[in-house]
Amino acid sequence: MARLYDIRVMTVLGSLLCLILGLAFPWSKTPIIVGLCFGIATLGVAAMVRAGQVSFGHAMYACIAGYTVAFLARAWPQLDGLLLILAGVGASLLAGAIVGVFVVRYRGIFFGMLNLAISMVLFSVIGKFYTLTGGTDGLRINRPTLLGFEFERAGFETVLLIGTLAAAIGLGFLVQRYFQSASGEALAGIKTNETRLEYLGLSARRVLWNGYFFSAGLVGLSGALFAMVQGLVTPDMGSWLRSGEFVFIAILGGSGHAIGAFLGAAVFELVKLFAAAYMTGVWQLLLGVTLIFVILVAPEGIIGLLMKKSALATRRGG
Amino acid sequence: MTLDLLILAAADGFSYAGLLFLVSLGLTLIFGVQGILNVAHGSLYAFGGYTAATLAIWATEKQAPTWVLLAALVAAALLVGVVLGGILEIGLLRRVQDKDPVLQLLVTFAAFLIFEDLQRLIWGVSPYSSTEVVSRMGNLDLFGITYTVYQLLLIPAVALAVYLGLLYALRRTRLGKQIVAVTHNREVATALGINAKKIGLITFIAGAFLGALGGAMAAPTTSLVPGVGTDMIVLSFSVVATAGLGQITGAFITALLIGMARSLAVYTAPELEVAVPYLIMVAVLLVRPNGLFTVAQARRI
Amino acid sequence: MGVLIRTERLSLNFGGVIAADNIDFSLEEGERLAVIGQNGAGKTTFINICTGFLKPTGGRVWFDGKDVTGMEPRHIVRLGLGRSFQLPQLFLDHTVRQCLEISAAARSGKLSFLLPLARSVDAREIDHTLELVGLRDRSHELASSLPEGQRKLLDVAMALMLNPKLLIMDEPTSGVASEDKHDLMATLMRALDERKVTSWFVEHDVDIVSRYATRVAAWIAGKVAADGPPAEVLASEAVRREILGTA
Ligand SMILES: Nc1ncnc2c1ncn2[C@@H]1O[C@H](COP(=O)(O)OP(=O)(O)OP(=O)(O)O)[C@@H](O)[C@H]1O
Ligand SMILES: [Mg+2]
Repeated sequence: MARLYDIRVMTVLGSLLCLILGLAFPWSKTPIIVGLCFGIATLGVAAMVRAGQVSFGHAMYACIAGYTVAFLARAWPQLDGLLLILAGVGASLLAGAIVGVFVVRYRGIFFGMLNLAISMVLFSVIGKFYTLTGGTDGLRINRPTLLGFEFERAGFETVLLIGTLAAAIGLGFLVQRYFQSASGEALAGIKTNETRLEYLGLSARRVLWNGYFFSAGLVGLSGALFAMVQGLVTPDMGSWLRSGEFVFIAILGGSGHAIGAFLGAAVFELVKLFAAAYMTGVWQLLLGVTLIFVILVAPEGIIGLLMKKSALATRRGG
Repeated sequence: MTLDLLILAAADGFSYAGLLFLVSLGLTLIFGVQGILNVAHGSLYAFGGYTAATLAIWATEKQAPTWVLLAALVAAALLVGVVLGGILEIGLLRRVQDKDPVLQLLVTFAAFLIFEDLQRLIWGVSPYSSTEVVSRMGNLDLFGITYTVYQLLLIPAVALAVYLGLLYALRRTRLGKQIVAVTHNREVATALGINAKKIGLITFIAGAFLGALGGAMAAPTTSLVPGVGTDMIVLSFSVVATAGLGQITGAFITALLIGMARSLAVYTAPELEVAVPYLIMVAVLLVRPNGLFTVAQARRI
Repeated sequence: MGVLIRTERLSLNFGGVIAADNIDFSLEEGERLAVIGQNGAGKTTFINICTGFLKPTGGRVWFDGKDVTGMEPRHIVRLGLGRSFQLPQLFLDHTVRQCLEISAAARSGKLSFLLPLARSVDAREIDHTLELVGLRDRSHELASSLPEGQRKLLDVAMALMLNPKLLIMDEPTSGVASEDKHDLMATLMRALDERKVTSWFVEHDVDIVSRYATRVAAWIAGKVAADGPPAEVLASEAVRREILGTA
């Protein structure tokens, strides 16, 4: 169908744009990588939105992965970057698996606020244990080797850009497959009817836990990549505002298709660049106003608009 | 821990519980009627606080008597409750009434984001405070420690008065009974000729007023900084969730519990201070997923 | 023929209302039970207890030889019990076809993560079931766009998709236009016989009850007041007085 084609075209064009921009204007590499990181994190948050749940604390997984990277890189400077990233993702998956067991028992505002509460505890702990975590100043990470090669800053960023882009495309594809699989559709069933899930012999908690576990890993990966590109981790990576930004992007992009996360992240990054240049100090205000606008005008997000526009709102294809 | 410290912690906790109760009550009242957990409630607390401090500073400069300073606190809360509460309800919540619950929640979150920046634009980022009224009301001796009358007597007295007043209003007045009816079952209440829309607005403003009143009462005792709203929404949520959404007496008891536990932590394990309310909430929700005072009801299928 | 479901002194009250009053009941394989009774008699409550949605205050339930008292619905469903609801329980954001596909996928208990839903189930089986309940031409519409009658059919079809040993249907024909009721019941019963599914349905229409049931149980105020062959039960004094209003 045409939509499948549209999304492939968008993916190819978007990827080319990222690469060309990044290589032509080296300063843009960092914002592009950061944007892709936000997109990857939002893939995870969007999975929760499909289940009808919003988490105001998911950024904690970025924080957990980021600090894991920082601790390991400082303890063993010879560790390879890829290994650091994998370790970060592993840590966030582990945390997600444990926290998940608890939070999947709750829905709606309870789910949102419990995630927030846990992330706030983590946030304050990191802030308090200065000697270990560097407090609010955070921790610096020296540039590690990547796949055994040592890179200068520019080369390092280029490799990260390509790697992040590849990860974004691959994960976008996998997450979309997940959304359309039996597990993913059951996940969406949590939003509409848990009683029926139960009477199909399924455990709604188990279904949600699976989604939560993946989402923690995705947000974790984004945090690990973010830490690498910035060379720095701070508690802000896990602040409620960051969690809110992920939710914002998920709604802005729409959760009808995995690519929505990246469309949302792209718009988000552009607005952020714009706001940093012309409207300093009103970032949250801008986010809030946009969010209200999106909810009132296009509650299905950008991807919803595109799907409606091509009159292909059927849930098939991909 | 010495006895003095224990008394001090108890006094702190008692006073803090009063504030916490006011804010939580507003949150839970709105939830009961509208079915929406208003994330922007924390901003109402912050705006109430800042507005009260502004009025109080101005009144202090004009050498106003103590009762005027006190009245200024209430006036600030009323102003914020009516104006911001009204805008939120009419301008926003009504428009998303039929939408997905996720979107309803996010709309209040969006309002919260906007208010956070507005507050920074209006009052800046440096600490803001006006403690005049506290010092004017003097101190009192409590088993050998000195504590301010304002915190030890006035705040708890206001909280108690609001609690009893609200219980009375809900049970005895016409408006109160209508509110209870809408809380119980919106459709049935509408069928009985109750204007649920109007009740919704009134409750929302009343709840917003309580949130702002919490902030206004807190203003003379602390210095306000950006972020107070965030802390308060999470904290008052933990009270409301621990008690059970919509539970008024539950919120009263839980606010006391959490307020006390938190101030004990301040003196005994300061690094746990932030975590204590959440730990209590998590522990309670593990055992009773709907909160302490909610009786779970099976959905009709 | 063995006993499929059995209860012993099953009871539950809501505040003052006694919704199940020490009910002793059993159903044999191969039976087609119709449950009749006034509104509020406790028919749905009894189903809710038997399927684990409500926990009884006293008594026990056995399904297919196992004590299932207090078990979660999903575990009882796994033992071979399917249920449709008085208020249809559908995935309203999914298409009609997807609702059935999810059911079919759930049957194995293992949901795939990467295989598209439609490819993880047997399309012909879905088509067949859609055909059975007359929803073939609406299969790509959202469940939320269906009128009440068709929602009930989809609800029944989702339960049927599980290939249960026992199918409990709570008022399957309410909301269905009266001229379609007989066709629907005839088709359903044929499908159930084909698959050797024991069935139990709640029904208010006496005509349908006497036509399709092999046994009737009459509920009055949380008790089984009469139980036996349709003709006998429908003619009994208590049933005529309390339920049919013809005495
Ligand atoms: N979850 C519940 N909470 C409180 N009371 C309930 C609940 N479910 C049912 N009841 C009460 O229990 C009694 C039996 O209800 P039930 O729904 O089982 O009746 P029914 O026979 O299925 O009626 P209908 O023909 O109207 O479906 C009624 O008085 C009802 O009000
Ligand atoms: Mg019933």
